[in-house]
Amino acid sequence: MTAAPLAQLQIQKPGGSDSCVADNGFCPEWIVDNIDRYWTPLLEHVYLTVVPVAIGFAISMALAIVAHRRRWLTGPIVTVTGIFFAIPSVAAFFLLQPLTGLGYTTAMVALVSYTLLIIFRNITTGLRNVPGETRDAAIGQGLTERQVLFRVELPMAVPEIMAGLRIATSTTVGLAALAVFAGAGGLGSEILVDKRFKSNVVVAGGLAVLLAAAFDLLILAVQRAITPWQRARA
Amino acid sequence: MTAAPAILGDFGEAIEFIFKERESVSGGVQIGGIPELAGFGATHMIVSIAAVAIAAALAIPLALWLGHIGRGDFLATATSNVGRAIPSLALLAFFISFIGLGYTNVIFVLVLLAIPPLITNTYVGVRQVDRDTVDAARGQGMTGTELVRKIELPLALPSIFGGLRTSAVNVVATATIAPLANVQTLGEPIITPQTYGFVGQLGAAIVVAVITIAVDFAFARLQRAVTPAGLKLAEPAARRRFSLPTRRRLDST
Repeated sequence: MTAAPLAQLQIQKPGGSDSCVADNGFCPEWIVDNIDRYWTPLLEHVYLTVVPVAIGFAISMALAIVAHRRRWLTGPIVTVTGIFFAIPSVAAFFLLQPLTGLGYTTAMVALVSYTLLIIFRNITTGLRNVPGETRDAAIGQGLTERQVLFRVELPMAVPEIMAGLRIATSTTVGLAALAVFAGAGGLGSEILVDKRFKSNVVVAGGLAVLLAAAFDLLILAVQRAITPWQRARA
Repeated sequence: MTAAPAILGDFGEAIEFIFKERESVSGGVQIGGIPELAGFGATHMIVSIAAVAIAAALAIPLALWLGHIGRGDFLATATSNVGRAIPSLALLAFFISFIGLGYTNVIFVLVLLAIPPLITNTYVGVRQVDRDTVDAARGQGMTGTELVRKIELPLALPSIFGGLRTSAVNVVATATIAPLANVQTLGEPIITPQTYGFVGQLGAAIVVAVITIAVDFAFARLQRAVTPAGLKLAEPAARRRFSLPTRRRLDST
């Protein structure tokens, strides 16, 4: 019943007389003619990256804020998310299927679980690295604990938090390539459609790498935009 | 749904698949059971151990040396960034389409995956060694080689083993898709559902997950074991020194 995503379909190769395509070669002409077939998987891949990272960020942020007040929670949270992180994604995509079925839900749950450890650890480190004097100064000015967190500590932790987001995003782009095993499509399914056809592998794999790079630059740009004081110092 | 408790559903059947042979989905062949899975597991482990060993032999000495001479900040960050950005499936498919199938290719791909965390962790580990310690050792007349062997390597060991842990977990996890290149690891039932069915896929997934967590856990233990006694002593004291005053004040409000 789960054979569908792995079906060994061959790409319909137009112009079968072309010896390059017949030899599974790297054919620029074929790529130009067939680039359209990759847009849908690419969009699926974007979806499979953005949604899990966003959900994972929200959960990690909540966990980190709770653990910031109750520090003894940090250990258990790191242990549990660490176990999630260690489970291979391919295995997770199957382990979840009896519960969440074949498709996006399974892929999302697994991908979210991988972002937690990375983002949580970075937020906690960022919050911890805020100098004690800064915190003291804020308290001395009469800020409440909540205000210290949201106006001083979190803004100062932005660089570490963003570094965590970048790692989580590029990791998720890579893992989303395996979401084909959860029946969730993405560029990975396009790779498996014909893994011996060089043109196909290069385009599908290349798009995944470019996507990771694009997200990385985007997050970097956002970081620069929301931390003007860092630019002033540099 | 024979002896397995109904409440476990698919999981019960999958566990039964792990322990007992059964006829394949398409019929004719016996699949599952300990002997078959042990065979897949052995291949899985051989491929993984070979890859991590080769990667360690290449990456650790190189990064130790770069860390020692203090050059390679760029290499250390670049390798880990690039390593993360390339999907393992894409890398494997690239090798399959351009070079071909088989053991050598799979091990090559796994080595490439294992190298970045090793380089980064070894390099960072050496650079993190207290400069005063290095200066003191040099002042006592240690040569460059002695410095690496007696000071930098031991003090960087926890970080190096952290890298080994990441690499090993990645490699064991990725070896699951090796059957795409005709190497029959534990991923074989996952990749060939026409023979193994969903129960086989789920059974293999359980085995892979258990093995990976075991590897992660084993390396975590190992990492603690190789931490020099001096570092273990220094750690809590350092933490106390840096954070106590402000934390106490915050906690009391």
